[in-house]
Amino acid sequence: MSFINYLSREINCKIVYYGPGLCGKTTNLQYIYNKTNPEAKGKMISLATETERTLFFDFLPLALGEIRGFKTRFHLYTVPGQVFYDASRKLILKGVDGVVFVADSQIARMEANLESMENLRTNLAEQGYSLDKLPYVIQYNKRDMPSIAPVEELRSVLNPNGVPDFEAVAPTGDGVFETLKAIAKLVLTELKRGGAGGGAPPRR
Amino acid sequence: MTNPQMVMYEEEFNQIQAIVDRLVREANAQVVFIIDKNGQLISASGETDQLDTTSLASLTAGNIAATGGIAKLLRENEFTTQFHEGERANIHIQLVGNRVILVVIFDNKTSLGLVRLRVKKASEELNSIFEALLSKVQDPNHETPFAEITDDDIDNLFND
Ligand SMILES: Nc1nc2c(ncn2[C@@H]2O[C@H](COP(=O)(O)OP(=O)(O)OP(=O)(O)O)[C@@H](O)[C@H]2O)c(=O)[nH]1
Ligand SMILES: [Mg+2]
Repeated sequence: MSFINYLSREINCKIVYYGPGLCGKTTNLQYIYNKTNPEAKGKMISLATETERTLFFDFLPLALGEIRGFKTRFHLYTVPGQVFYDASRKLILKGVDGVVFVADSQIARMEANLESMENLRTNLAEQGYSLDKLPYVIQYNKRDMPSIAPVEELRSVLNPNGVPDFEAVAPTGDGVFETLKAIAKLVLTELKRGGAGGGAPPRR
Repeated sequence: MTNPQMVMYEEEFNQIQAIVDRLVREANAQVVFIIDKNGQLISASGETDQLDTTSLASLTAGNIAATGGIAKLLRENEFTTQFHEGERANIHIQLVGNRVILVVIFDNKTSLGLVRLRVKKASEELNSIFEALLSKVQDPNHETPFAEITDDDIDNLFND
């Protein structure tokens, strides 16, 4: 849920990177962190296991610049992709303004992608959100790996509605900022439409 | 859409800041801050210079979310208070009106008893301010600066 502060003239939004285990969510945030000017970013926090799997979340606060005198700040979060961390995923989704689904392009991970996307839908629905109404983009990551599915196939399975989608190789940054810009744009456009404001049920 | 917006205006902010400033003094605390349940920092007071308040806000919200999840599993209402004791710093976390989180960081210059007492009073006051703020935001006529922005404004954000 975006937070507009008229006093500090800031607008804060929450973006969540979702996707199956090891698809490259944390790597996306690490790349963004490494390539962002120090004054535009805060500390990146990773609550991870000893084997560097996300345990609860990664968090990266970013400042993207000003619109009409309002500073735009984005809080990027990743969820833990491993199936059994579902309770934590639900918590991270609370108050989300936009979702990036990171898919693993490897043929062997197709099923995991689908399962994770289904899980995203379910968890959003539990909180009264619909994936079809939320700012949402898809990233086909790991395009550098052998045995990957062609993009057309990934698209037909994972993106039937034709939301903006991007090919990526997260460790080298290919497609990482394109993905981020696309979701940031959608979130701001939604704000402009006033979607985040009117007609909302009281928060509990 | 399902996202109710959190908005902060000058009037309410000043009221909130006054309570937070007073709490630092009256509880003899090092730092007091208020965050919303999604981890956005709303207001802070005290010795905040050395503190990474953005990180603290996100971790505290994560912590509250996790304990809230545990409470649900135990069919408990939300655990509204948490206290962590360290060697030099102690942290008292209070959920206010199930909406915002009031965090007090203090050392041995004060006592948990005093902190609790002052937090209780401050929570009640904060709760009514946030109630009022929320109803203001839910008024469909409330202004938003974003109705005015153009697609070009958004594009320009990314042209550097
Ligand atoms: N070759 C290649 N490796 C990648 C790519 N993206 C991520 N990786 C690697 O895949 C591994 C897992 O990446 P993470 O970013 O930790 O995956 P995650 O989605 O955060 O995983 P969980 O935290 O378990 O949900 C790491 O070793 C990354 O370096 C990619 O595009 N190409
Ligand atoms: Mg991860």
